[in-house]
Amino acid sequence: MLTILFDGVAYGMLLFLLASGLAVTLGLMNFVNLAHGAFAMAGGYLTAVLSNRMGVPFLVCLPLAFLFSAALGAVLEPTLYRRLYQHPHLDQVLFSIGLVFMSVAAVDYFFGSTQQFVRIPGFLRQRFEIAGVGIGAYRLFIIVVCGVLALVLQTVLTRTRFGSRLRAAVDDPRVASGLGIDVNKIFLVTFAFGSGLAGLGGALGAEILGLDPTFPLKFMIYFLIVVAVGGTTTITGPLLASLLLGIADVTGKYYVPKLGAFIIYSVMIAILMVRPQGLFARAGGR
Amino acid sequence: MTEVPIGTAPASLSQAFARGPRVRAWEMAIWIVALLAWFVLPRQAPMLNQMAILALFAVSLDLILGYAGIVSLGHAAFFGTGAYVAALFAKHWVPDPLAGLAVAAVAAALLGLATSVLVLRGSDLTRLMVTLGVALILYELANRFDGVTGGADGLQGVVMGPLLGIFAFDMGGRVAFLYSLSVLAVLFFIARRIVHSPFGYGLQAIRDNPRRATAIGISSHVRLAAVYTLAAAYAGVAGALLAQTTGFASLDVYDFHRSADVLLVLVIGGVGWLYGGLIGAILFTLMHDVFSGITPQYWQFWIGLLLIVLVLVGRERIGRLVRRLVPGPRQSAGPEVRP
Repeated sequence: MLTILFDGVAYGMLLFLLASGLAVTLGLMNFVNLAHGAFAMAGGYLTAVLSNRMGVPFLVCLPLAFLFSAALGAVLEPTLYRRLYQHPHLDQVLFSIGLVFMSVAAVDYFFGSTQQFVRIPGFLRQRFEIAGVGIGAYRLFIIVVCGVLALVLQTVLTRTRFGSRLRAAVDDPRVASGLGIDVNKIFLVTFAFGSGLAGLGGALGAEILGLDPTFPLKFMIYFLIVVAVGGTTTITGPLLASLLLGIADVTGKYYVPKLGAFIIYSVMIAILMVRPQGLFARAGGR
Repeated sequence: MTEVPIGTAPASLSQAFARGPRVRAWEMAIWIVALLAWFVLPRQAPMLNQMAILALFAVSLDLILGYAGIVSLGHAAFFGTGAYVAALFAKHWVPDPLAGLAVAAVAAALLGLATSVLVLRGSDLTRLMVTLGVALILYELANRFDGVTGGADGLQGVVMGPLLGIFAFDMGGRVAFLYSLSVLAVLFFIARRIVHSPFGYGLQAIRDNPRRATAIGISSHVRLAAVYTLAAAYAGVAGALLAQTTGFASLDVYDFHRSADVLLVLVIGGVGWLYGGLIGAILFTLMHDVFSGITPQYWQFWIGLLLIVLVLVGRERIGRLVRRLVPGPRQSAGPEVRP
């Protein structure tokens, strides 16, 4: 029982890492980016290629996956995404679905449609027991990494100068740029960082979530749930939402294998009906 | 302000109301060409049948997206429900196609009415999530109750009776195409009448500015619920047509790619314009045919590229170009959606 809970927490932390970038683009910049999973997939495939074909150690692959996806985001933001910030949501949906389709087909073309496996190092593969609870080292590793990153994110957003500039740029781009804040640059850095986090999540999660070309489609709804249910005013909201989702999903799959997804979607709709702005949003906040 | 004499505004308005529903020459031409295709291209009948079904599905989405401004990522929910209801009805009760069509339409409409409550409130994002969620729930349900639906293997052994008791469905699919085309034509002209009625103009007012529409006394919730139910019935009929003409229904009818495809079809043809669905369905099916011929597996890549180019170039610009090619009133070409 507690093992399931533990696995659920690890799964939730992973979802948080994957979705936190989306929380910024969707929540703060108000851009419906359904292609967020494509950045995660990029990180995952880079790790698979580097570690399996070139023998790069797994722990070295992780920062590389982050950098790769961040670079991808940094290229796509000014060339494509930036033009669409002011467009209606329908355009953004269409654009990002197009991006998803392209990434799915391209990955299928280069790597085939089969599942990719990432070899994780031996010391992360062991299991041990603490007070009767079976704990996988890899899941513990994920929880620690994601927990540290969540703390860093929260500090950056609330305590640093960059964080306050970002919030200013989001609240009112015109006034912010009038005050001398380079809004475009802020958005670029934020978008790249969010994409990088997704890439890191994809690399870390390849073992648990599975990695094949349909990854962006399969997990799109999960990322959206995290952001929509968690609200976007804080980092804590998406974090709690992803933990809830992770635990619910793992226990659901364990106890009611065929109805697990059904329950999650129903709960999501119910929550959105009662709190359209998200479960943890402050009233009146954006 | 003073350039327009006061008396002319109501006159031109009533003219516009009266002129809207009149069928133009180019509209007649489209339908005659569609009918001619039945005679000229007997071998292509299955593909033409798919086109007609896709067109009806796109018209259904246009009713809520183009005319009411509801962005939906889960329109397959109604398509799939119609398909399963029609297939099950034919298999277990009555094999008559028209009766099945009616039952499927009612079932999908009831589902639409029930879920319309969910799309009335909230932002675009909430609507996206809710519509997507409803379609996913139905997918999971169909998967769960595989004793009824056949699960991933699909529902097989659906045998349809002859149409009107006379015309049996043939292997070449010619009867099927004529059947789908007739249903499309009837429902299309009903939809055309509806969007040019005061009800339709009320919807467009809500789409353009919900607050102002409410302020001048247009009750938005009732209208949105009504059009959502209607669109659900249309999508249900489209799904039923697919199940009846192919004699098969599988989980695929609820799949996400169906909701995404129909969105794409509508965008290619033009949103907020009923013929957009028709034109989009023709172009989409042709493109599917051509690209699948080149690279069967990777045609998604080209469709994705097309979507991105379409959005970056600007849907409005392309829409204007298409409409310039089509002579006729500018009213029928409604303004673009600005959710």
